[in-house]
Amino acid sequence: MRLLSHNMLSSNIKGVTNGFPLRIEAEKVVVKQVDLNVRFLKNMFPKIEWKALVEASRTMGYAELPEEVEPSKLDSRDFLQKFHHALLELVLEEGALVCPETGRRFPVSKGIPNMLLHEDEV
Amino acid sequence: MSPRTAQIRLVSSHREVYEPCDDSFALVDALLADQANLLRHQPKLCLELGCGSGYVITSLALILGKEGHYIATDINPHAVRVTQETLEAHGVHAELINTNIASGLETRLAGLVDVIVVNPPYVPTPEDEVGREGIASAWAGGENGRAVIDKILPVADNLLSEKGWLYMVTLSENNPSEICLQMREKGYASRILVQRLTDEESLQIIKFWRDFDSQLEEKEMAENKTVPSRVMESLLSQFPRMPFLRGNNSNSS
Ligand SMILES: C[S@@+](CC[C@H](N)C(=O)[O-])C[C@H]1O[C@@H](n2cnc3c(N)ncnc32)[C@H](O)[C@@H]1O
Repeated sequence: MRLLSHNMLSSNIKGVTNGFPLRIEAEKVVVKQVDLNVRFLKNMFPKIEWKALVEASRTMGYAELPEEVEPSKLDSRDFLQKFHHALLELVLEEGALVCPETGRRFPVSKGIPNMLLHEDEV
Repeated sequence: MSPRTAQIRLVSSHREVYEPCDDSFALVDALLADQANLLRHQPKLCLELGCGSGYVITSLALILGKEGHYIATDINPHAVRVTQETLEAHGVHAELINTNIASGLETRLAGLVDVIVVNPPYVPTPEDEVGREGIASAWAGGENGRAVIDKILPVADNLLSEKGWLYMVTLSENNPSEICLQMREKGYASRILVQRLTDEESLQIIKFWRDFDSQLEEKEMAENKTVPSRVMESLLSQFPRMPFLRGNNSNSS
């Protein structure tokens, strides 16, 4: 699971109102190289919850993202590289996503999060 | 040159995962038929609901190239793993989520998806066969085969961007003209891209897109509680033998 997916996932348990962002428990993180696509990054930037991405990338061992950003940053190649790396190249292979409200763990195995709910959670 | 669609010999399998079948091929044929439009559309985020073996999402990624970002879900944990293998065998990538339709994605992904593809479980079955563990959930669609389809449509509507397109497989028994009408009420135009008669099934691949004209009609329908006759005519021309439409049309005229 890339952090772009993490940025798009929330806890789906019934009754939970503050399900975002899911806390990451990282057991195994890998880096997979992806071609840099400036247009895609510029398109995605306004949709990204920045604080969640900063926090998630830290948990995955990458601390290069600035705490605050303005759109003008997108003109900097150096910034784009870092954004790209955090968003698309850091992969959570094994671990879990934890609901911030209830503490319920959604396991991530072989890079795939399991968001299936139990009957009493729907 | 890279092949335009997934190759069967590279599609991974598992005894509890739906293998690519006539419906899967028809859906990919529809995507190929619409390839020029898709390329011009430049979708950023594409999503498959119920990816099974991964044949369709892999083909979509090959058809569109590496510009976009792909996400695929399935309720069956074996299916998302098999899809992962199929994608890797073709050197393309999609993010996989093991979930019910798009549960967990619906808040943050709302309004962001440019293309959704779905080959849902569409076979009419007893209601209690829907959503069971294992391979049965690949086809079991409950009454008129609509149980899962009717859950998918509002989710797709919520996830699609302004310029979003939905490609969906239906069976004649699903009453596709009624589906088109329901989508029309939500502001979507529709067109059948591929029709296929197999030994057992009559399949349609329908494309839905948000349409300004139909959004006007939506207001009209809400105000008058009837379907404008031009809408009826265009639907009728696409579904000439649909009893549902005939009945409804004579009521409204
Ligand atoms: C007809 S198969 C299509 C598989 C593949 N997309 C293809 O075209 O070959 C339907 C798929 O939807 C999945 N499915 C059924 N119900 C689902 C649900 N509620 N949420 C997500 N996936 C579901 C099944 O597990 C199965 O893989």
